[in-house]
Amino acid sequence: MRGVTRAVRIGIKDLWLHGLRSFLTLLGVLFGVWSVVTMLAVGEGASAQALERIRRLGSNNIMLTATKAVEETTGGQVQRTSVYGLTYADERRLRESFPAVRRIVPAKLVRKEARVGERTLEVRVVGTTPEWFELVPRRMLAGRELAAHDLAARSAVAVLTESGARKLLAVERSIGGFVKIGTFAFEVIGIVESDVGVGDLPTPDQEVDAYIPMTVCKDRFGDISQRRTSGSFEREQVELHQIIVEVDDTSHVEPTADAITTMLKRFHKRADYKVQVPLTLLREAEATKRTFSIVLGSIAGISLLVGGIGIMNIMLASVTERTREIGIRRAIGAKKRQIVGQFLIESVVLSVVGGLVGLLLGIATPAVIEHFSGMPTDVTPDSIALALGISGAVGVLFGIYPALRAADLDPIVALRHE
Amino acid sequence: MNELIRLETVRKIYRMGSEEVGALDGVSLTFSRGSFWAFMGPSGSGKSTLLNLLGCLDRPTSGRYILEGRDVEGLDDDELSELRLRRLGFIFQSFNLIPQLSVRENIELPLFYLGWEEEESAARASELAEKVGLGHRLLHRPTELSGGQQQRVAIARALANDPAVILADEPTGNLDTATSRQIMELLVELNAGGKTILMVTHEAEIAAYTRSQLHLRDGRVQAIEGERG
Ligand SMILES: Nc1ncnc2c1ncn2[C@@H]1O[C@H](COP(=O)(O)OP(=O)(O)OP(=O)(O)O)[C@@H](O)[C@H]1O
Ligand SMILES: [Mg+2]
Repeated sequence: MRGVTRAVRIGIKDLWLHGLRSFLTLLGVLFGVWSVVTMLAVGEGASAQALERIRRLGSNNIMLTATKAVEETTGGQVQRTSVYGLTYADERRLRESFPAVRRIVPAKLVRKEARVGERTLEVRVVGTTPEWFELVPRRMLAGRELAAHDLAARSAVAVLTESGARKLLAVERSIGGFVKIGTFAFEVIGIVESDVGVGDLPTPDQEVDAYIPMTVCKDRFGDISQRRTSGSFEREQVELHQIIVEVDDTSHVEPTADAITTMLKRFHKRADYKVQVPLTLLREAEATKRTFSIVLGSIAGISLLVGGIGIMNIMLASVTERTREIGIRRAIGAKKRQIVGQFLIESVVLSVVGGLVGLLLGIATPAVIEHFSGMPTDVTPDSIALALGISGAVGVLFGIYPALRAADLDPIVALRHE
Repeated sequence: MNELIRLETVRKIYRMGSEEVGALDGVSLTFSRGSFWAFMGPSGSGKSTLLNLLGCLDRPTSGRYILEGRDVEGLDDDELSELRLRRLGFIFQSFNLIPQLSVRENIELPLFYLGWEEEESAARASELAEKVGLGHRLLHRPTELSGGQQQRVAIARALANDPAVILADEPTGNLDTATSRQIMELLVELNAGGKTILMVTHEAEIAAYTRSQLHLRDGRVQAIEGERG
């Protein structure tokens, strides 16, 4: 062990003598490890975030969303109404004909202006049932969620998301006040944490939401909504914008989703709905992550290969340059394996130093990226171990041939060299 | 017991493609402990070949080589290295110091492979440098020294492992007359101290410092002068 430390010290000293050359040689491994650690950290961070969001949508859930299909309108030129989306009949059929379905949460989405005193804000009104808060779990910051009796009594009550409450209410998180949505007044009964959406997933809280009882939403706002778009009015008739279906067991999720799709196809002439399964998305995201890892791995492999070839090249040159020294050492009594050791140590030192510096840069860079772009990153212990392991292996792999060549030199020939 | 080395009809044949060059052609010799030999002869007569065989850097094509009662034939590469490390010391015409190492580190080289502790090895190197008159040059690089000084370092290095034999191939070949004389005086002094020295030279003035002379011609022993042993 002591001999090894000494040999490493001597190796470093020899490399130090050709400082610039050694530095240039280890750059290959340095950049390889640097880029690999950085890319892994960014990829890991991004996919961890995506996976977490998908997971929060519930792996037992199926999301049905209304989508505006190819334009189909009723009425004349002046008044055009798009009719599309999920229907009350769909909801009923879902409740009746799928044994694996445990809960169903329908939702109507309407854009309205909300007003408290002088403050106004465009909100998305979500007419839904109390189960919404169970299937899309979020922290209540104040007050309570919608309850069954709100629906039954058709109470004009609303739960606001945090961001909306902050903008609308004079006193933050104060409940019991009234907010005017459209032309109707609603009592604020609760404030719920805001959430951010996941890609194109129908996560409800991308914007300011006001949750009101389904029954009230139907009564007050109906199925037809109007929107002003570039001078003309656009009318839409949608019964339900979204239905969240919860299935009793994870293993039933995908078959049920297939059955639901078949059912919807039968009753909808057009594809004016979308069926999304977080579980499938999760799998896809994981598969994407695997692909990403393979691609990164290949890039890493190539850059480390290039780095390794650089080391081999320099070590071969070094062996030629030091042929006489090898002859001297052999004549003095160095064994072949000691010569192998000497050159192998140099190549491993080169690649491990390159790997260490690359690792440090690879740890620092994601932190900088995270600081400036807010993109989440994660340097995992795995990637650190990988970086170190690979750089060590590169040193051995690409150093062994030059080292063996050095050891196999005939001492007499080597002594006569030059 | 005074016999250190015995060669029995040693042959060395180099094959160059289909051609065979007989560098040594049946050499039988003994060298005793404490002797000081000069190997002489015209260029190509086999002097270096003989010295390399004696130095275990090469193996005879046939014949036996017995060093300190031990038959060298059949030893593998590691065992030959071990033998060189413990029992032999080399001095070369072109000094063969390692340029990036200091004087002290060059002298320490055999001790490094012998696994000596650093402090002891450094002490021994200083002592040897002192002995060859270079105690004040320990931290210099070989290139900062004159030829004669470099050869002194090489001699100190050859002495580091306290070898049974010192093998020198034209040690004064690259030196001027005055320096050659100093080096030879050093070798004579070492021999007087009991070291066996086998030296190749083709200069009669240099051979005059030795106690025995071996004349080679075409790979054969032509004559032996001086003390027998
Ligand atoms: N590696 C080799 N391959 C082929 N032939 C060789 C080899 N080494 C030596 N010889 C041949 O063996 C013979 C003896 O060579 P050697 O080097 O022993 O001569 P020498 O007496 O030392 O000569 P010099 O005084 O020129 O150094 C020469 O003919 C030489 O050409
Ligand atoms: Mg010669």
